[in-house]
Amino acid sequence: MPIWEELPMSKFLGINHLNASYGDIQALWSVSLKVNEGEIVALIGPNGAGKTTLLRTIAGLHRPLSGTVQLGNTALHTLPAYQIVEQGVILVPEGRRLFGGLTVLENLELGAYTQRARVARFKTLKHVFELFPILAERQKQRANTMSGGQQQMLAIGRALMGLPRLLMLDEPSLGLAPMIVENIFEIMKLTNDQGVTIFLVEQNARQALELAHRAYILEQGKVVGTGTGKELLHNNEVRQAYLGFAPITG
Amino acid sequence: MSIESFLQTLVFGLFVGGIYGIAAMGLALVFGVMKMLNIAHGELVMLGGYASFWAFSVLGMDPFVSLAIVIPALFIVGLVLDRTVYRHIVRLLGEEKIKNSLLVSFGLTLVLQNLAQWLFTADERAIQVAYAGEGLNLMGVTMPYTRLGSLLIALLVTLGLNYFLHHTYPGKAILATAEDFEAAELAGINIHRVYMMTFALGAALASIAGTFVTVTYGLSPSIGVIWTLKALIVIVLAGTGSILGAFPAGILLGVVEAISGAFIGATYREVIGLVIFLLVLILRPQGLFVGRN
Repeated sequence: MPIWEELPMSKFLGINHLNASYGDIQALWSVSLKVNEGEIVALIGPNGAGKTTLLRTIAGLHRPLSGTVQLGNTALHTLPAYQIVEQGVILVPEGRRLFGGLTVLENLELGAYTQRARVARFKTLKHVFELFPILAERQKQRANTMSGGQQQMLAIGRALMGLPRLLMLDEPSLGLAPMIVENIFEIMKLTNDQGVTIFLVEQNARQALELAHRAYILEQGKVVGTGTGKELLHNNEVRQAYLGFAPITG
Repeated sequence: MSIESFLQTLVFGLFVGGIYGIAAMGLALVFGVMKMLNIAHGELVMLGGYASFWAFSVLGMDPFVSLAIVIPALFIVGLVLDRTVYRHIVRLLGEEKIKNSLLVSFGLTLVLQNLAQWLFTADERAIQVAYAGEGLNLMGVTMPYTRLGSLLIALLVTLGLNYFLHHTYPGKAILATAEDFEAAELAGINIHRVYMMTFALGAALASIAGTFVTVTYGLSPSIGVIWTLKALIVIVLAGTGSILGAFPAGILLGVVEAISGAFIGATYREVIGLVIFLLVLILRPQGLFVGRN
């Protein structure tokens, strides 16, 4: 698979030769990639390719074996998770991971825990309620009593409360009805238009590639391809492996 | 049994239950947030009792006033124990964490007991305040000031803790860490700081219980075990993970013990508590007071 030309933009998130293990198994093999400021970058690949491990390592929940994660001039891989959040790098984890026994409002307030986000929390809350009116309606309700779609909205809302510069989402469409998936993709687009850089892991490859400026393909812990979203949508190997098409012939 | 003596039994059950509740809340807090069982919690109750005893006998301070020094003192003891011992355990995961916490805190139980015996001797101590025999008399029911004061403070502390946990950022950070420590980290919470504050808060709550024990009953280096046991029964009643539910569960245990003691005989009081413990574990393992907290 060809490696496409890199876009001439400022480097924002840079991952260099990252090796990481998941339990006793090495999950990432010298992974290098970058996300430029203002981009939407998607990461696609089969189950067990190491996508979640990569996001968890960037977020500081996981220590890499070797390699670096840079945000501008800051070495993220040396920081504990809470300081990475202070840098504005925020992960919406796989499976949402809400504070189920707490209310919608308490979840959102906790999203704005860092000093930087806390001072702006009333303004941000208004913005989040505009994006997801259902959260405003249900603010006194316990998070674990909501539907899957509403929970995913709350998970994204909680992350936005932290004022992300880089928002990372791990499978935000997993198990949701198509209409809600549509809504969540719209919100991602809107958030990106407002200046938030997005790094997205998705099993829904078609929608991810349609949304993303650029994408990487991760297989068995290695980056095996990259390109713009459009290029990958028309790439034969990608179409066969991830989009369920027969190859274009002739 | 006359209605008066029944009411009297009930009221004394409430008083004892308040102490159970406060002792158990500290243990429930540490268990719920750090996911480790601190067997040495009763020893923190004991140390709190001694702090209060010495403040009374050396400085002449009323035990309800000396709480202002006893609580911060045990808070600091909690910080030190967390930094030296428990922070190494809290990093472990799952079963390894709970096993190690049991072993280490059991060891700490022995260390603290022997330390107390060496420093304070094995003599039984108690605080005899000037107003020890006095109290309110309502419809033939006696309510000693010491016990009434203990229950009132226990209630205020519970309300205060509820406010702290639900309406302040440090409190919400504790609840968030209890729910899901990784999600808490992803919200920007320094969970190791939360663990440290939680353990210290648990010790501070134990010291309040210890003060009440010293005022109401008596104190010796070996009282810890019984308070750990009582606190354990209460947190199973409340539902493990329910922090504030420990207070009503403590009251319930106190009342049930007192009434069954009056009807079946005082010798069986302790047995009743343990029977309830087993019944709840078998029939309703999620606890009686599971819900929001």
